[in-house]
Amino acid sequence: MTEATLLVTLPFLAALAAAAHPRAAARWGGAATLANAVLAALLVQDVLADGAGATGIGGWTAPLGIALAADGLAALMVAMTALVGAGVALHAADWSLRAAADARRTRLRTGFWPLWLTTMGAMNALFLSGDLFNLYVAFEILGLTAVGLTALSGGRTALRAAFDYLGAGLAGSLLLLLGVALAYAAAGRVDLAVAGTLAGTVEGRIALALVLAGLAVKAALFPLHFWMPAAHASATPAASALLSALVVKAALYVALRLSLEAGAGAGTLRAALAAAGAAAMFWGAWHALRAERLKMLVAHSTVAQVGLMALALGLSEDGVPWQAAALLMLSHALAKAAMFLAVGRIAEELGHDRISGLNREDLRPGAAEFAFAIAAISLIGLPPSAGFVGKWLMMEGLIDGGAWPWVAVVLAGTALSAAYLARVVSRCLRGGPHVAPGARRPPWRTGDVAALGLAAAALALGLGSALPLALLERTLT
Amino acid sequence: MTEFLPLAILMTSLGIAPAILAMPDRWTRVRTAVNLAAASVKVALVAWLSLSVAQGAEYAVTLAVAPGLALELRADALSVLFLALSAVLWLLTTIYAVGYLEGGTDRSRFFGFFSLCVAATVGIAMAGNLFTFLVFFEFLTLATWPLVVHRGTAEAHRAGRVYLAYTLGGGLALTLGTVWLHALAGDVPFVPTGVLGDLPQSHPLTLSAIFVLLIAGVGVKAAQVPLHGWLPLSMVAPAPVSALLHAVAVVKAGAFGIMRIVYDVYGVETVAALGLATPLVAVAAVTILWGSFRALAQDDLKTRLAYSTVSQVSYITLGVALVSPVAAVGGLAHLIHQGIMKITLFLAAGNFAEGRGVKTVSGMDGMGRLMPGAMAAFTVGALGMIGVPPLAGFVSKWYLGAGGLDAGQPAVVALLAGSSLLNAAYFLPILHRAWFRDPPEGAAPRRRIGWMLALPPAVTAALVLAAGLLANAPFSPLGWTRFIVSLEYL
Repeated sequence: MTEATLLVTLPFLAALAAAAHPRAAARWGGAATLANAVLAALLVQDVLADGAGATGIGGWTAPLGIALAADGLAALMVAMTALVGAGVALHAADWSLRAAADARRTRLRTGFWPLWLTTMGAMNALFLSGDLFNLYVAFEILGLTAVGLTALSGGRTALRAAFDYLGAGLAGSLLLLLGVALAYAAAGRVDLAVAGTLAGTVEGRIALALVLAGLAVKAALFPLHFWMPAAHASATPAASALLSALVVKAALYVALRLSLEAGAGAGTLRAALAAAGAAAMFWGAWHALRAERLKMLVAHSTVAQVGLMALALGLSEDGVPWQAAALLMLSHALAKAAMFLAVGRIAEELGHDRISGLNREDLRPGAAEFAFAIAAISLIGLPPSAGFVGKWLMMEGLIDGGAWPWVAVVLAGTALSAAYLARVVSRCLRGGPHVAPGARRPPWRTGDVAALGLAAAALALGLGSALPLALLERTLT
Repeated sequence: MTEFLPLAILMTSLGIAPAILAMPDRWTRVRTAVNLAAASVKVALVAWLSLSVAQGAEYAVTLAVAPGLALELRADALSVLFLALSAVLWLLTTIYAVGYLEGGTDRSRFFGFFSLCVAATVGIAMAGNLFTFLVFFEFLTLATWPLVVHRGTAEAHRAGRVYLAYTLGGGLALTLGTVWLHALAGDVPFVPTGVLGDLPQSHPLTLSAIFVLLIAGVGVKAAQVPLHGWLPLSMVAPAPVSALLHAVAVVKAGAFGIMRIVYDVYGVETVAALGLATPLVAVAAVTILWGSFRALAQDDLKTRLAYSTVSQVSYITLGVALVSPVAAVGGLAHLIHQGIMKITLFLAAGNFAEGRGVKTVSGMDGMGRLMPGAMAAFTVGALGMIGVPPLAGFVSKWYLGAGGLDAGQPAVVALLAGSSLLNAAYFLPILHRAWFRDPPEGAAPRRRIGWMLALPPAVTAALVLAAGLLANAPFSPLGWTRFIVSLEYL
């Protein structure tokens, strides 16, 4: 399990190097992202072959050291981070190269890499961490880098959004810290398995509720999502992709962990999670249907998708297997990263991201539009995407459990997501009189390959679902 | 070898699509060469497959997706029926489309999605279980949408929205039904006479509800009344797309789905035992009559043909739902017969629009003199639809009528007679105008249509004639359907 230790330490070291040596920031960033991907692949292979395992950094174990635990779920999330990170880094490297000549963009170019590498390290630490306190620390790092990523583009709206993000993040952390402290007071320990005992007492349930509320803020779960659309829509494409695809997953991952550990207890909390999730699906979809700007639409789609994942978590006692939630997280990460990268390219080419103006241009960033469309298939949950397999598992469980109203909610959410994504894709399918004879197609860029690759991965992952599902079989117990 | 053929048949259209999509529009020759080569190879492979399947060979490819879920491609006798139809008509339609879109915009996008559309159809034909069928069925929805809105006008986009709303809605119903059936019965492979075992006795109501969901899901694409609203609107698409949609891809996929669900999931005896066969016959009967009535009133030629499709595709449903092997032969044969007749009509209609700018029934005066070749093909198709012997449509209707008597439902004969009268009422006036009236004064000047537009309808018209005249030959559509039906009704 040396990979686990390296996965946590290497990104932070690389981030330091990139910050100290800004001229080579992109090179440091690229190399570290690549190394991270290799390590993640090794970790997946290890967990598949030998099962889950635990280790302490530098051989120090609890209670003194930082305990790391790698089971199938953690390995899957690390792999998700590595894959999305590789795609986004490819886009960012391409962009860095082209921005090199532009002096005003230097800050952006050099600032991105340390922030991304720290995010990556914090994500890895979070997924591999074995206790609640480490989780809290990882969350703090993640929250700060996320604010940095939001503010990176430097515009007025971006700074304002980053400030709101900071406030929300701090409020979430406060709730989380309060919950962790209360859990320690109630149970005397803070490892993740404590959730099972917490569900049994009143204090424990309050502690769990506080933790969940903190997570809900960080995951932007309705009605605590207020900070998110503006933050995700005003950041640069690479930052938006990371924030929307990965950073919100951190909180969802912890919620999934806690729900696995808490078992059948905490019924009220589950019900609350399911209700908030269902409301988020409709709220996000409604705003996405009415959005005038492309980035806003995609950001609100994240609100709806977070709702779907929360719903899957909340309904785990109604027959939804937890693997469904994990698969939905994975699929959303790939597809949403692809979508934000594609939207970034479209907006850059057209000079704006108004949805109504998408079909009146004689410029056709076809590759980006195609990537958007493929990502949309995954987000809607149409076959053969991983989102489809996730929804299938979810629906099969619900039907087995006879939870028909929830089946209707899932179907309605699917129909709504098809409706708002079709708004965009239909405008990409322009032709005929709208197209000037001299319509030109911008040349291919490496960034397009990243968007297309991530979108295609989300689509193909459905056919290869056997692999992540096999990985998820490897649990620590 | 058992894995090679199904995969190769799928990849001849799925594999070339990304390359075509990525090509610059001006690479006309390369694109055409790739398209025609792939289509020809597919025809050859399907011919090989048909011969092997007739000799009892079995082909299967499986990919496990999740526990209890597998993608499976399999070639059985029913697959071959649909595969042969799509392979041959894809080749002809591709030739036609190359000629039709010459000089148009977005041709790489068009042909890319055209290939994807055929790939989805092929996947549907070879789906070995309900899950695989669902996957390709939804894929077909997505692949055809860009073709429907190809012209990019506001009208096209409106039609596209309606199309998407209907088909994705149907997809949701089909998904729900499939998941429900999986929760109840586990994996659902396609096996003649059904796979449900004792479940119909223990869960009759649940299985009836699932049946309604599944049939409603595929019924949207098969344009069963009242789920047919998208079809006339989607006539805004270019002629080759309409031809493909009506003869091969979307509508036929729906009809094929009805066959699979009735024959290979439930088994026709079970459907009858659950009391679901009669309602299905009723739906088919209403659709046949309603489509024909609406066709009468349409002046737009393609819209009239669209309503005719609504009506004619329900012959297939009728043949499946009547619990009788004779009717089944008629219904299954009509899958092919309707395909070749309707594609002839659409390709000829496209030629009238291209050559003379004529898009309405009222503008057809003297067309027989203006474009004799296309009009002759149109005439063969129309007479076949009416059911004039010895054309293909007559064979289907004959077996359907005999099947109605066999199933103890003589009303079917009256239905067929009524429908044929209506067919005649909406087709004969066109033929009369074309052959017996003079061309209008000051008709639009003739634009030359090349061989690529002229040849395909002539070939399909010849096929219509051959399918009727040689109905008793071993490899005729009729001969093949007798073979399939012998598996279902042992």
